[in-house]
Amino acid sequence: MGRKRDIFWAALILLALWQVCALLLDSMALPQPWLVMVDLATKLTNGSLIDDLAVSSLRALAGIGLALAAAVPLGLLVGTEEQIGKRVSPFIYLLYPIPHVVLLPLIIILFGIGNFSKIFLIALIVFFQILVTTRDGARAIHRNYFHSMKTLGATKLQIYRHLVLPATLPKILTAMRISVGTSVAILFFVESFATTTGLGYIIMDSWGRADYVSLYTGISSMALLGFMLYMLLDRIEQHVCRWMSGR
Amino acid sequence: MIKVSSASLSFEHDGQFQNVLDDISFEIEAQDSCAIIGPSGCGKTSLLFLLAGILQPDSGTLAIAGNPRCGTILQNFGLFPWKTVAENIGLGLTLKNIDKDRIRRVVDQLIEEMELAGFGNHFPGQLSGGMQQRVALARALAVEPEILFMDEPLSSLDALTRERLQNLILDIIQKRKITTVLVTHSIEEAAFLGRKIIILSRSPAQILKVVDNPSAVSSEYRLSEQFFQQCIRLRELLKGEVNGQEA
Ligand SMILES: Nc1ncnc2c1ncn2[C@@H]1O[C@H](COP(=O)(O)OP(=O)(O)OP(=O)(O)O)[C@@H](O)[C@H]1O
Ligand SMILES: [Mg+2]
Repeated sequence: MGRKRDIFWAALILLALWQVCALLLDSMALPQPWLVMVDLATKLTNGSLIDDLAVSSLRALAGIGLALAAAVPLGLLVGTEEQIGKRVSPFIYLLYPIPHVVLLPLIIILFGIGNFSKIFLIALIVFFQILVTTRDGARAIHRNYFHSMKTLGATKLQIYRHLVLPATLPKILTAMRISVGTSVAILFFVESFATTTGLGYIIMDSWGRADYVSLYTGISSMALLGFMLYMLLDRIEQHVCRWMSGR
Repeated sequence: MIKVSSASLSFEHDGQFQNVLDDISFEIEAQDSCAIIGPSGCGKTSLLFLLAGILQPDSGTLAIAGNPRCGTILQNFGLFPWKTVAENIGLGLTLKNIDKDRIRRVVDQLIEEMELAGFGNHFPGQLSGGMQQRVALARALAVEPEILFMDEPLSSLDALTRERLQNLILDIIQKRKITTVLVTHSIEEAAFLGRKIIILSRSPAQILKVVDNPSAVSSEYRLSEQFFQQCIRLRELLKGEVNGQEA
């Protein structure tokens, strides 16, 4: 498949650039990629990294899933019902720009320092990205589609199911792609405290021990994690947005 | 029977009211075929929206005897791009929760009748304009309507496709004994398919004249001297409106 070849070449070019930089800098802070790749391969095969990768994946997925479950219905509603949209949008505009990470202390007080707080913070930040994109997607649906639904005798619920949701789905998937990047970045932040598992912990821990090869193994794993989530989304998109292909 | 009594309609643009329909009254007998013609932008679509129940008049009334099933083909945007041809055609029935086997039978038969065989699993975006219109026609017919509303179903098609579809509509009117209301800006189309032709003035639309055209809806009529005379007469009636618009 041409796409797999493209990905392979992109990875190769990035590794080559890394190699060049490492040689030029000649610093402990940027180890050569082959050292990191060997370390990564070893830790993946002997299983010592799998747990952390799994824990981080689950935290990211749970966060995105939670955000999705709340943001999509709300976004569709706010984007479709003009009256509700008028009343709710100001709240979104006021709350969206806040740097939500500063709410961490509050979240910890509410939910403790366990997994749920980490997931909740990811969900909270990603929630607004999905909400705003979903709302805009629903709002952009041409009114003739609603007329069409009306002439076919659709109920309100049927209009959401057969018109609003499918029309907005491509936008929702775009929002989810952005969310993957965001959630991996937040993952690093939330795993740097009160935990001894996850890729973020690996990175912070290696940093503390000045073990730069392990540090970059952690970073590479995060890239791998993000990459896998993107691939998953592409799969979903191919499945649910078949009608978009060839446009 | 459809009875419109002094219906008026206006739209609001930034606090300004634009009158679109001005005191419209007419009747259409059951199983009659009526063409509505008028200069572009005069309010034809708005009038059809009233008849199809998409909009309510500001004043005046619309009465349709006996609560009949209606099929509607809207200008340009009728089909849902994320649904296959078969799903689009069956949508009216799906929304009524009719069982899947029966929907499939109805859809298969219409696909055959509309010469769409082999395209059931295509998406509308993959079809030519003429085929899309036939899908729209099939979808409107799937609910076995007693009244068929059509808003310029054939505009934007090339002359040959157009003529073929005009004959298809002719067939439908003859075979199914349904009441049809056809909005068009083509004089020939109105004369060919409308036993009653309602001529609208330029915006805000008033009824300029209702022309009886009893020989319409027959394939021989199209080639007769009488048909050409009728077209010339309609052209004269409309000319004043179009000229006035340009002045
Ligand atoms: N939803 C709407 N909101 C505001 N104004 C509208 C709306 N729909 C139509 N209008 C206005 O009403 C007038 C009549 O529009 P309408 O679409 O009914 O005309 P038409 O005769 O169908 O035009 P066309 O020949 O282009 O199909 C136009 O001036 C249009 O700008
Ligand atoms: Mg129109």
